[in-house]
This record gives sequence, C-alpha cells and structure tokens, in this order.
Amino acid sequence: MEYGLILEWIIKAVLMLLILLIGFAYTTYLERKVLARMQVRYGPNRAGPKGLLQPVADGVKLIFKEELIPAKADKLLFILAPVITVLPALTILAVVPFGGTVNLFGREITLSIAGDLNVGILYLTAVTSITVYGMVLAGWASNNKYAMMGGIRATAQVISYELALGLAFIGPILLASSMSVNEIVNAQGRMGWFFIYQPIGFIIFLIATLAEINRVPFDMPEAEQELVAGYHTEYSGMKFALFMMTEYIKMIVVAVLAATFFLGGYLGPFVDQIPWLGPVYLFIKVFILVFGIIWVRATWPRFRYDRLMAFGWKILLPLAVLNVLLTGAFIILFPGVIR
Amino acid sequence: MFAIELARGLYTTWREMFNKPVTIQYPDQRRPVYRRFKGRHSLHRYDNGLEKCIGCSLCAAACPADAIFVESAENTDAARFSPGERYASTYEINMLRCIYCGYCEDACPTEAIVLGDNYELSFTDRHDAIYTKEMLLEALPEGGSSTPQEVKPGVYTRSVPEMKDPVD
Repeated sequence: MEYGLILEWIIKAVLMLLILLIGFAYTTYLERKVLARMQVRYGPNRAGPKGLLQPVADGVKLIFKEELIPAKADKLLFILAPVITVLPALTILAVVPFGGTVNLFGREITLSIAGDLNVGILYLTAVTSITVYGMVLAGWASNNKYAMMGGIRATAQVISYELALGLAFIGPILLASSMSVNEIVNAQGRMGWFFIYQPIGFIIFLIATLAEINRVPFDMPEAEQELVAGYHTEYSGMKFALFMMTEYIKMIVVAVLAATFFLGGYLGPFVDQIPWLGPVYLFIKVFILVFGIIWVRATWPRFRYDRLMAFGWKILLPLAVLNVLLTGAFIILFPGVIR
Repeated sequence: MFAIELARGLYTTWREMFNKPVTIQYPDQRRPVYRRFKGRHSLHRYDNGLEKCIGCSLCAAACPADAIFVESAENTDAARFSPGERYASTYEINMLRCIYCGYCEDACPTEAIVLGDNYELSFTDRHDAIYTKEMLLEALPEGGSSTPQEVKPGVYTRSVPEMKDPVD
C-alpha cells in the first residue's frame, strides 16, 4: 500500500471539507452584506471588524440552542434527515478538477480529490439526487402536516428540475465526447469555453440549478409567509444549521459545476506555466456566480408553486430537449469544430 | 420571457448597491430630536436659584396616567424654596407610568415641570423608575444660590410670575 497516496487522499479530502465549511460560513456573511447593500443598508457590522466574525457568532448561537424533537416524531429519521441532506452536498466536488498537476514534496499531485473518474457526470447526477431523500424525510419525520406539505413540494420541485438539469449536462458531454469532468475541462482548453457553443444550455443549467438548490426565484419551500418554514419547520439548533449548510454549500457547489462545465473550470491565462493559478481562476469564477445568485435573490420575486411546476415541465424540459437535438445536429453538420 | 424586465430589475439593485446606506448607526450616531420633543422631565428654577414649583399639584391632577405624586409644605422666609406661599416638599414621577404626553407641562402655572430632550432612560429595577425631586430638579443656574435660601421678609410674595410666551 502506498502510504504517500493514502496521505495525499486524506489531506485533499480534509482540505476540501474545510474549504467548503469555511466557504459556507462566509457565503452566509457575503449574502447578508450584499443583500444589505443592495437594500441601501449596512449588513452585519458589529461582530468583529466589519462584522467578519458574524458567522462565528451565528454558529455559537446555534450550538447553544435547545434541540427540540417533536413528541410523536420518528426520532431516527428526524435526526438522520439533515445528515442525509448535507453529506451528498459535501461529496459532490470529489470529481471536479481544481487545477492541473503540481509538483509538491517530490510527488506529482493532481489538484482533484478523486482523480479522473471516467463517468464523472454520472456520479454528479447520482449524488445530487440523494439530497431529495433528506428533504422528504425531514418533512415526514416532523409529524407536522405543514412540514410534510413543505417537504413534498420541495421534493416535487427538485425532481422536476433535475430532468432539465440532466439534459443540460448532455450538451457539454456531447461537445467533449466524454463523461469525465477532467476531459470536459481539457476540451474547453482546446475548443474555447462551452458557453459560447451552448448559450441556451448555459441558461437552462443556471435556471435548473437555482431550482435544485431552492433559491429565489424558486424558494417556495422556504417561503416563510406561506408555509412557516417548510420541511425544516420543526428543526432547531444544530440540525437546522445542517439544513442551512446544505443550501449554502449547494450554492457553492453549483457555482463550481457551472464554472467547470461552461466557463472553462480552472483554465485561464498562464495556467500551464503556473499550475497554482488554476484554483485562483476557479475561485474568481465561482465568486462571480455566487454573487450572481445573491443578486438574483435581492431582485426577483418568487414563483408561485403551480407556475413553478408548469415552468419546469412545460417550458424548461422541452427547451432542454431542443438544446440536445440542436447540439447533436451541430456536431454532425460541423464535424471540424469538435477537437 | 421578460428578459428585458428581468435585466432592468437586476440593474436597479446593482445601481442601489452604490448608494450610501441610510442606516443611522445608533449608539455611535444619534438622530437629532424634533422641536418640542417630549422626553425626560425636569423641574426648573429661576435665575436667583429659587425653584419655580409651588407645590400646587395641578400636574398630578392633569396627568392621565397618575404618574406624579406631590406633597406640599409652607415656605418660611428663613428657609425659602420657592417664591410664594408653598413649595413641593415631595415630588416624585413614576417614569414607567408616565406616557410623556406633556399635559403636566401644559397644566403647570409657573412653567416649573418641563419635558426635555433626553429619551435614553433605562433602568434594571422597577423601583429605580421612580424619579425623586432631587433627580428631577434642574442644576443651579449661574448666580443662583441653592435652596433653601434665607431671604428678607416681604420680597417674595407672588407665586405665579409675569408670564412670557413659551419658547421651545
């Protein structure tokens, strides 16, 4: 057993978890500050200089909160549901390349946690679907009619938009002739970034992922005015923190996926000479996309639930199928473009 | 669909991001109060140091919340607190009962009780909310001596002075 390899895996995995968790904490801070500035007010600016310790304060508060389990709730499912929701979100990024290969401590290390998985996209779609179980279980285990309704609505929304999402993935797969995420990024290096070839696909991807992560304008499951708090009504303390963690981590993950499939991933000027620039470029692209998600939250009202479902099935899904057909036709008619 | 309208909405929030926030950061900055703001009460004095309050308890009668408690006593020339016959020996306002309506200020015949500009009155115990005369009495003006004063007989016989129009 090569201990160096095992150590490398462990360090990469721990590093990714740490980055995601710190990213989650400061994405909440970024969201509050950006939303505030767009609403012409200051965000949190009391906890620490410029409010930078606000996520720490929130975390400590949630730890100290009373953990309430409703009387007739299914205890095991109640405790397990947030865990089922958050774990897939943390592990999606295992197949995404963050950079080329670097030479550290005499080893060639690829900046990607699970290396090159040749069915990377299959892994992605499979893992994102596991989150749905957590939502419906949370609603069911709360022993609360309204939470159950919220859970069912959230689940229906997510699985409806997952179809459009899967079809939006097919565009880059066709263009790169491979399901491996590494190969897709390399193909973008050769051909140019995919959002030029797939403008409709990019837009469908963004809309479908907004619906997947239950963010505005698709955040009906969390709409406080309609449904108290949807499937996480009965949750308090750390379990509630895990649901919030899921939402923000999925936000980051979805931005990474959009950057990887349509915006060239870690590619950028001079990335061959300096491999460490790869993660920096990816960070810049992810930051811009996350800012865009927050900007959308500050601006647009939410969809009514029946309109949301109609939009997903009647407009987005046919458009996604059309996109696949057009991409296929494009590849057959212009064979020289695919390299 | 309404791509143009969606983009216009996004542009509006983008533009608003660059405006200065309208928040007033409270303990560091305070908003100036308006004229005739009805805040904390104070019992005023004349320029020579005598208290204006004559213990008539018209303020206690006017108070809709029954927050003022007045006990009066006779002035003597040896120990004089206010011009006229009486002064308020006990004057307490229960700040928790007070509704800051200003009726006591309107009712006072000598303009003794006046509501000022201070609104930051917090206490940790309900008993601390009862403000006594010492707490309410205004500080001594320049050139005045503290009460009780010893005065010559026959100088201060008029309780209610010549009144001028009120200023803020």
